[in-house]
Amino acid sequence: MRLFEFESRQIVKDAGIPVTNYGYALSAEEARSAAAEIGGPVVIKSQVLTGGRMKAGGVKFADTPEEAAAHAAEILELEIGGHMPRGVLVDPKAEVEQEYYAGIVWDGTRKQPMMLFSDMGGIDIEEVAEQHPDHVGRGHFSNLLPFSDFQAKQVIAQTGVTGSELNRATPILAALARLFQTCDMTLAEINPLARLSDGRFVALDAHMDLEDEARPRQKALMAQLGIPAEEQREAHEATPFETAVTAIDSADHRGVIQGKDAGFHGNIGLVIGAGGGSLTLTDAVRSQGGKPANYSEIGGNPSVAKACGLAKAVLEKDGVEKIAVMMSIVSNTRVDIVARGVIKACLELGKDPGETIAIFRIPGAWEEEGFKILDHYGVEYCDRSVSMHEAARRAVEKVQGAAA
Amino acid sequence: MSILINEDTTFIVQGITGREAVNLTRECLDYGSKIVGGVTPGRKGREVHGVPVFDTIDQLIDHNGGAVPDGSVVTVPPGFTKDAVFEAIESGIGLIVIVTERIPRRDVAQMVELANLRGARIIGPNCLGLVVPGVAKMGGIGGPARNTEQAYQPGQVGVMSRSGGMTTEISSTLTAAGLGVSTAVSIGGDAIIGSTYAELMPLFEADEQTEAIVIYTEPGGRMEAQLAEWVAANDSRLPIVAFMAGRFMDDEEMKGMSFGHAGTIVEGKEDTASEKILRLEAAGIPVVERIDEIPDAVKAKL
Repeated sequence: MRLFEFESRQIVKDAGIPVTNYGYALSAEEARSAAAEIGGPVVIKSQVLTGGRMKAGGVKFADTPEEAAAHAAEILELEIGGHMPRGVLVDPKAEVEQEYYAGIVWDGTRKQPMMLFSDMGGIDIEEVAEQHPDHVGRGHFSNLLPFSDFQAKQVIAQTGVTGSELNRATPILAALARLFQTCDMTLAEINPLARLSDGRFVALDAHMDLEDEARPRQKALMAQLGIPAEEQREAHEATPFETAVTAIDSADHRGVIQGKDAGFHGNIGLVIGAGGGSLTLTDAVRSQGGKPANYSEIGGNPSVAKACGLAKAVLEKDGVEKIAVMMSIVSNTRVDIVARGVIKACLELGKDPGETIAIFRIPGAWEEEGFKILDHYGVEYCDRSVSMHEAARRAVEKVQGAAA
Repeated sequence: MSILINEDTTFIVQGITGREAVNLTRECLDYGSKIVGGVTPGRKGREVHGVPVFDTIDQLIDHNGGAVPDGSVVTVPPGFTKDAVFEAIESGIGLIVIVTERIPRRDVAQMVELANLRGARIIGPNCLGLVVPGVAKMGGIGGPARNTEQAYQPGQVGVMSRSGGMTTEISSTLTAAGLGVSTAVSIGGDAIIGSTYAELMPLFEADEQTEAIVIYTEPGGRMEAQLAEWVAANDSRLPIVAFMAGRFMDDEEMKGMSFGHAGTIVEGKEDTASEKILRLEAAGIPVVERIDEIPDAVKAKL
């Protein structure tokens, strides 16, 4: 779950890392008083969960509280990358001597968190790593042994930073490493970490991702940040299809169904599974020239009602006349139950299953029973001797034949 | 031969009284696996398909006259998995298959770190386990014994897959083509897993039965890059064929989304399907576009 800058800054501040005396405002009026309290030039920053806000006009400088209010009013109405901002940050304009980068990420190969530090902050760290590898320090740390500050010091020293800068930056990177662990982050970045003209270090921006799987045990942090337990932060707002499928899934504990359709604009309804099978089948349909109307996943032996619910949700999408019901070989999910579910969906919508189901390819447990039911309704099906790609080809052919 | 398990391997099931664990126990016993006990705290004295249940692994080992089981299948809720795995490792168990999904990365990293300290190996999490066709299986892979037999026949190809279901689909395709499978491992769909492709390669390398490797891969992570590096650094006798799913995730509109498994989240430039395909092919690993192309691609390399 991606956190807003104002939330990330709060976490950084609570971890004892110095920040500027910024204010958070939900209206132009609040921005004005925040700027007045700061009493000098300020930066107004849009709070959106997407990159590129500078380019999009979501960051503006103001010399007076009036200017701050005017900019805030504009930015609060400015959509960036499909997202409306959730307030603005009013930040004192800092006298920056130098910008640094401090970040913690997971390294899946080493299976440990990794610290990254650079004396070239303010820009994309991947770019710095590529063009100036000697300006990036790296170091892994244990999840079992206690973290010690020298580990952060080693990473910073790799970049050639020394003197009082080294001694001031070390506790900041160490605190970031510790909060990465205690808060279950998948990413924790301070960029830029600024050295001011008086030698102090402050975090001027922070970016954090909290692991979704850890949300159940990070309730205290969520409450402290005021994030409701049910709040989802996907890359986009849930579509009506996605909301419908989620509701069907949570109404019944048996099995799991998921559905996504943001970014899918085609006419072939996909009732597919499971995890890897769905990825493979979505590719297969596209490689045969088909245009999926959605993505879905069936798994863990869902009930008839659940399979029916998913098929109905897909069939109710605009422009979807036919569905392809396909999975990789199943061992846990019962073929006959999915068959019953998708046929039921067709019948309840007044559609002929034989016409509506372009292909049924789910081999595995209880397939004989499933095939009997499909036979009865004249649905074309196949077993494992027909590959996933061949099944996808047949489905695409039928749908495009019907459209032509 | 095989890797990781053979006909003599003994294992336990932690969380054995759960619904899925009961099924899995039944399927493994039917397939011929040697399950020597189960653990669910507070359920001591019960039996699951004739397998005695204990509160602790210590009790289980005592009951078996001090014999430490070779492995454990862990299928307990995500909040309890780390403790269960620590118990298995500290009891001296050497092979731990973690079925549970949705475990936070920090816990997985801790389990892996302790396993490394103690010389234990972890497969998973978020996996279906492994199977040596005709010999034994450890985990729900392949489903009921009858279905497992149908999809997995003994043969010469080692299979490693980030998707449990696709392990069976690919193995079934290899079986139908007459190639068969030496050992198939569902390695898990998470961003951090106990054993990656490259980490299992030396085992397959040492296994006489295995003559080729097939991997199923997805976007997200550096596991494929790690394999490519391993191949470049080691003069392996084993040809590898890869299948990459989730190519559609490279579309601009799919940015920032994850599909299928938690591990498919793209966090860096190297994580995309197209970037991985380039990397694998540069290492001499052909990446096929269709599952049904796998047998011919393997035969071409034998």
